[in-house]
Amino acid sequence: MNKGFVISSRALALVTMVAALVPRPVAGQTSTVSAAAAQTNGNLPRTSDGKPDLQGVFFYGTLTPMQRPHELAEKAFFTNDEEVAAYEKHLRETDPQVSESARPKNVCASCPEKDDGVTDPDIVFAGGNSFNVFWQDKGTHIVRDWRTSLVSNPPDGKIPPMTPEAKKVAADRIARRRGQASAEDLGVAIRCLFRPEAGGPPMVPFPYNSYVQIFQTPGQVVIYNEMIHRARIVPLDGRPHLPQSIRDYSGDSIGHWEGETLVVDTTNFKDENVAGADRNLHLTERFTPIDAATIHYEFTVDDPTAFTKSWSVSNYLTKTDDKVYEYACHEGSDVAVILNGARIVEKKLAEEAAKKNEQK
Amino acid sequence: MITGKRAAGAAILLLAALPVFGQAPGYKAPLAANGHPDLNGIWQVLGTANWDIQPHSAGPGLFPQLGAVGAVPGGQGVVEGDEIPYQPWALAKKKENYEKRWTDDPEIKCYLPGVPRATYMPFPFQIVQTPTLILIAYEYANGARIVYMDSKDEAPADYWMGWSRGRWEGDTLVVDVTSFNDKTWFDRAGNFHSDALHVIERYTRTGPDTLYYEATIEDPKVFTRSWKMSMPLYRRLEKNVRVLEFNCPEFTEELMYGQFRKKSQ
Repeated sequence: MNKGFVISSRALALVTMVAALVPRPVAGQTSTVSAAAAQTNGNLPRTSDGKPDLQGVFFYGTLTPMQRPHELAEKAFFTNDEEVAAYEKHLRETDPQVSESARPKNVCASCPEKDDGVTDPDIVFAGGNSFNVFWQDKGTHIVRDWRTSLVSNPPDGKIPPMTPEAKKVAADRIARRRGQASAEDLGVAIRCLFRPEAGGPPMVPFPYNSYVQIFQTPGQVVIYNEMIHRARIVPLDGRPHLPQSIRDYSGDSIGHWEGETLVVDTTNFKDENVAGADRNLHLTERFTPIDAATIHYEFTVDDPTAFTKSWSVSNYLTKTDDKVYEYACHEGSDVAVILNGARIVEKKLAEEAAKKNEQK
Repeated sequence: MITGKRAAGAAILLLAALPVFGQAPGYKAPLAANGHPDLNGIWQVLGTANWDIQPHSAGPGLFPQLGAVGAVPGGQGVVEGDEIPYQPWALAKKKENYEKRWTDDPEIKCYLPGVPRATYMPFPFQIVQTPTLILIAYEYANGARIVYMDSKDEAPADYWMGWSRGRWEGDTLVVDVTSFNDKTWFDRAGNFHSDALHVIERYTRTGPDTLYYEATIEDPKVFTRSWKMSMPLYRRLEKNVRVLEFNCPEFTEELMYGQFRKKSQ
């Protein structure tokens, strides 16, 4: 089963799904973190040990962009239905998934002669005029609190600048990805090792498969993301983190309850993490149920060697009747095709250059 | 009629009450919240079934330079009756697989191992048991599968790890697994199946730190009849033991993609 087919089965299911999955915001609903927490009421479902029952399959895709768009620089939240409707319409019209005219032309990461300035193969894959646009599944609405970016802190809605060292690492990484000299250069996502911009941790909406299933048993919570089938088993029994010498792509997660909020603390990461975070990433995720079908999901990235200050994201997990399916990523890997293609292009370019030299 | 039904019911009860191999007399498993035996925990097999599910002698490995480190340990096998009832063509195929085992075993490429092989890979796995769903998370390849309890939902596609639906029969968790692809093997010795594979797994607590695992294998395209393998599983008891990542695609890249590496100029 390659990943394309896995997605197709989801796409088929989606066709039959009603568009009204995402609850519409209540008019005048306030949108701060504390307000969301304040909405928590005593009637939420509970597990046998009295904790909020967070179990279920949740969708976390949204039209809301990660960072606040330039044109909304002064606007942290939309304030009325008309604004939201207009903005959602704008997003759809500029979304290559929906709008033919929005699709970039001639985007080809491994074709130097047609370089159009897109530097990141992942961006080409996710947003471009790629073979797989039709089954993408980004959600149909912005986040329910009408925030204009997923980044909630700092207040400008932008991920803070990277440190000079981290910038250098990121630039080097992009150069290596463009060179496509070996599998190790392609990045952890394409290599099917870890999806720092999808299932994570942290969970970041991606154009497809933004589904997570939560399981609870006494003393532990399991966060199982479709991307890429790593069940994150989070002990809640007060044990310490693993020794720093053990590093996993998805880090080491431990958790505890703060009132109605599940707090998950993750360290022991490897080098390549969300938005350019490095192995010193200290991730704090907060899951606060706000009604039987919705969890407020926030995460804070604390990584002083990668970012000049810490930053946070606010999103919502919306319960769905859908399932989390097997995502056999490596088993349907494109790495051989990508590298082979790059070598063919190089050979062709070298032959053309040699021919030109002969003609001179 | 009524008598007959009652007798059949009694027989089923009797079957359910029969002790599983290795079960301590009178052992009663602790119960989870919904009244069924609690299978939560980190478990692992001992033995060499992943090398060969059938009885086999110790032997040399592929790389002489690895000496004893690379050698294959012997084992008494886990197949009931030792023999696997292959159809004639399939027995020939199995022998061919064995000859090519150092290149063709899907484990070499870190592909998801399928069921039941995931259970007896030499890595721990964790059972997360809720009343309606059971998640089994394997360290090998970060594999995982969800067991839908008392579910009639059909698989929308084929999967490396199959489509698992569970039910309780007395104190035994029975998992019916279907919708496999034909790309996984049962072991490193080339024992194989087709996409018609149907596995019925049985998990029974036999003591505080042991489970007994049985898998009935049906595949009319490959075998002449169904057959069974079984083995004990042991709880990992180390303090702070965790299922870590064995994110093995990384370890296969030179093997799988090295030929496409850019030659240094």
